[in-house]
Amino acid sequence: VTSFFSHPLFGFSITILAYALATAVNRRWAVVNVLLGTCGGLAVLLLIAHIPYDQYNIGASYITFFLGPATVALAVPFYRHAKQIGRQVPRLLIAIGAGTVTSAVTAVGTAYLAGAPKIVLLSMVARGVTTPIAIDITNQLGGDAKLVAIITGLSGLIGALIGPFVLKRIGIRHALANGVAMGTSAHGIGTARALRSSAIQGGASALALTIAGVLTAILTIPIHWLFR
Amino acid sequence: VPGFAIILGFDLLGLLLHALGVPLPAHVLGMILLAAALFAGWVKVEWIEDAAGLLLRHMLLFFVPAIVGIITYASLLRANWLGLGGGILVSVVASLVVTGFVAERLLRNYEGPP
Repeated sequence: VTSFFSHPLFGFSITILAYALATAVNRRWAVVNVLLGTCGGLAVLLLIAHIPYDQYNIGASYITFFLGPATVALAVPFYRHAKQIGRQVPRLLIAIGAGTVTSAVTAVGTAYLAGAPKIVLLSMVARGVTTPIAIDITNQLGGDAKLVAIITGLSGLIGALIGPFVLKRIGIRHALANGVAMGTSAHGIGTARALRSSAIQGGASALALTIAGVLTAILTIPIHWLFR
Repeated sequence: VPGFAIILGFDLLGLLLHALGVPLPAHVLGMILLAAALFAGWVKVEWIEDAAGLLLRHMLLFFVPAIVGIITYASLLRANWLGLGGGILVSVVASLVVTGFVAERLLRNYEGPP
């Protein structure tokens, strides 16, 4: 049985199946979120069938591979809407900057108030940043690289789930404003969610995800100097 | 398939530059290079739009294995659940609200309602 679960076809197929199933269910009952349905379904399956994640990931890692080319492909919606986005770049930069600082301060602040240890606080600084940049920043600060990967994953999941509702609730109507908010708050996963709303949102979100990552890296340099 | 090859080529170029010491993630570098090539006219958007569309339509799927991987850190999460959960939730909402609100206000002031 182990050879069945550890065959690359298992993790690969089961993920595609869960995604197709969640997509179909989502079409029927819109309340079931595709990302949550897929991840939740797979997590429950692995836990109740006692399938080790490492065995699942032998096949599933082939799916993760496509994250690279998909990130590169984000250049297309950005290019397509460059005229609309381009004129607004200075204003969007102000918004992304404000959101980036807010993101880091509130993440560390709330964790501190909740009594989290220093290693957690240091790993919360890059919470909203795309995972590879977040890992670099966290290593620099002396946080836990494994922990920050979980934190960014959870951030993206939560941002993709509640982002569109929160933004609608507070009356954000402009596609560019919605896009940069999703990218700043929930990096690549937020961007993938924004793309489902519209290509222009996705393009703005791709811009925000890049700027927020680079900006957080730059802003943490003085923190590093202050506390080392 | 040619479109997919072009996208992979830029991804590979990003990986190369990253390996040579450029301090940005490989795929983000690839994205910036591809955007630059599109603006410069070296790559026509028609060559890659089908492949890019397919990748982007299913981008959420590509995050699934990493998110499922969170289950392997259940004990770590249980030990710090309040700080982690609270910090993430507050920070996600706060940055959504601030970024969205600032962008909406600035855009509306300068170009009128959407």
